[in-house]
Amino acid sequence: MAAEHQINAGFIPLFDSAVLVAAREIGFAAREGVDLTLSRETSWANIRDRIAIGHFDLAHMLGPMPIACNLGLTPLASDTIVPFSLGLGGNCVTVSNTLWAGMAAHGALPDLDPARTGKALGALIRERASSGGDPLRFAVVHPHSGHNYELRYWLAACGIDPAREIEVVIVPPPFMADALAAGRIDGYCAGEPWNSVSVVAGTGHIATVKATIWKTSPEKVVGVRKAWAEKHPEALSALLRALHHAARWCQDPANRGELAALMAQPSFLGLSPALQMPILTGHLALGGGSELTVEDFFLPFGKAANFPWKSHALWFYTQMVRWGQVKHSAAHMGLARDTYRPDLYRAALKPLGVALPGANAKVEGALTAATPVGSAGASLVLGPDGFFDGRIFDPDRIDDYLAIRDWAMPTG
Amino acid sequence: MIRKSLTVLVIDENHIRASIIEAGLREAGHEQVTVVHDVAGIARRIAEIEPDVIVIDLENPNRDMLENMFQLSRVVKRPIAMFVDRSDQASIEAAVEAGVSAYVVDGLRQERVKPILDMAISRFNAFSRMARELEEARSELEDRKVIDRAKGILMRSRGLSEDAAYTLLRKTAMNQNRKISEIAQSLVTAAGLLDPGES
Repeated sequence: MAAEHQINAGFIPLFDSAVLVAAREIGFAAREGVDLTLSRETSWANIRDRIAIGHFDLAHMLGPMPIACNLGLTPLASDTIVPFSLGLGGNCVTVSNTLWAGMAAHGALPDLDPARTGKALGALIRERASSGGDPLRFAVVHPHSGHNYELRYWLAACGIDPAREIEVVIVPPPFMADALAAGRIDGYCAGEPWNSVSVVAGTGHIATVKATIWKTSPEKVVGVRKAWAEKHPEALSALLRALHHAARWCQDPANRGELAALMAQPSFLGLSPALQMPILTGHLALGGGSELTVEDFFLPFGKAANFPWKSHALWFYTQMVRWGQVKHSAAHMGLARDTYRPDLYRAALKPLGVALPGANAKVEGALTAATPVGSAGASLVLGPDGFFDGRIFDPDRIDDYLAIRDWAMPTG
Repeated sequence: MIRKSLTVLVIDENHIRASIIEAGLREAGHEQVTVVHDVAGIARRIAEIEPDVIVIDLENPNRDMLENMFQLSRVVKRPIAMFVDRSDQASIEAAVEAGVSAYVVDGLRQERVKPILDMAISRFNAFSRMARELEEARSELEDRKVIDRAKGILMRSRGLSEDAAYTLLRKTAMNQNRKISEIAQSLVTAAGLLDPGES
């Protein structure tokens, strides 16, 4: 039978494209009548351009990217919506062995504790500054990325001004490990497997991870050209159902071996299956022989990972304002909020009878433990979702959040 | 008044394509053309060259880094915008399909830059065509080799003349609605399986 819906999608070689890849390769898309074509791209700029001219109907995108498009912060910006999130967590901050040695001398331990490693990094930075050394250079994958915002959030909470005390540059994820090994950067924040690549090569040390800076925090999404979504609501709903099933399959530990082998193929990541395991198990080699298992390191499905929370969109928006990418206004805030579309997610998944969150936004950082929610009792569990500095983000009190001037945690 | 000619920076990891673009620009009268293959240290180069127009291939994974740099006035003295963003939809599509993108300094008039973009698009397309033709020539050569081997197998195993062997391959291909080279490849593979000494 010919597929009912033809959908063209772009992706970047990162593990968190797995749900899209599984939807096509394991057959979830075909079962929903969707002929899903996936094209690998080399830059987020290419994804944006090809969405804009209609080569792609939708794509694997950084969570803040569609918001930046709708706010007109990028060239070739076309109206883009987010009806599905591709997962929570999955990023690490990796530093050079030299930098790690310096941080360790200031009290950092291989425990991924953001407060402890951040404090050590701060002490090292001040020591360098007083002896006239160049500022440290950290790389992130894109200015409008969770990586950029979580790196800055972590540093600022630890008393480091990321705008003045370090340099932040952009490097594509597959080049991070090489740039670190060559000494062009001192550290980076990127998604897996590009951190484990440095650890395996013996050239980097994972200092902390996204899943400890902000537990169950948003990362990649499916960004959809709004005009296409409005014209093809049934195709979009069918795809969202396929992605739901694919995400559930990706989360199941029984499928880890098959998923790792799939993502290892040259047309996807082109790296060994062994390098795909840390993100799947949360068991990370940190460098120097240290290992640690991180709870909820990457969630492609669990804890409502696929729900496009408006509070996630709004938190990204506050970071754009905080770091000077956009001016705060009611209109801008509205554009950011309207980018994420839980209504489309609900409409597509309703026929499946699965548990859905009761609200479209939540207070981020309010849950200190895993908590059953929703009308279907224990079938949906959220959290813990805390920021490591204990701050709370209330999407109904954005002005108060933006008014905070002193972000540093009390030193003790 | 003579207008100062535009300074163009071409960023392309493909040396051949870059020189084709460069030649085109020079033919069109642009003398200030710089070609960069490696983006290491690109910020310093941009600060030195102060290009009016930057042409870059879309396969370059460093586009995100460059776009970020263009927005930071500390690195580049004048803000640089994406050219096609201000252009017509047809130009955007033609550029993306050709695999090229261009950035220009703010305030530069579109009609001064449009010919440069158009030239880059046509040279990118010409390069792709050339690469495709080379690939076709290469695979044609491969096809001819495998057909020769299949003919040899038929001549030896069935005592056919060269012409008869070729006619048999062609007839089989026509009957099965496949290419001769595919039939030849199947025969070579099968012969290899039946007699490991053959392949």
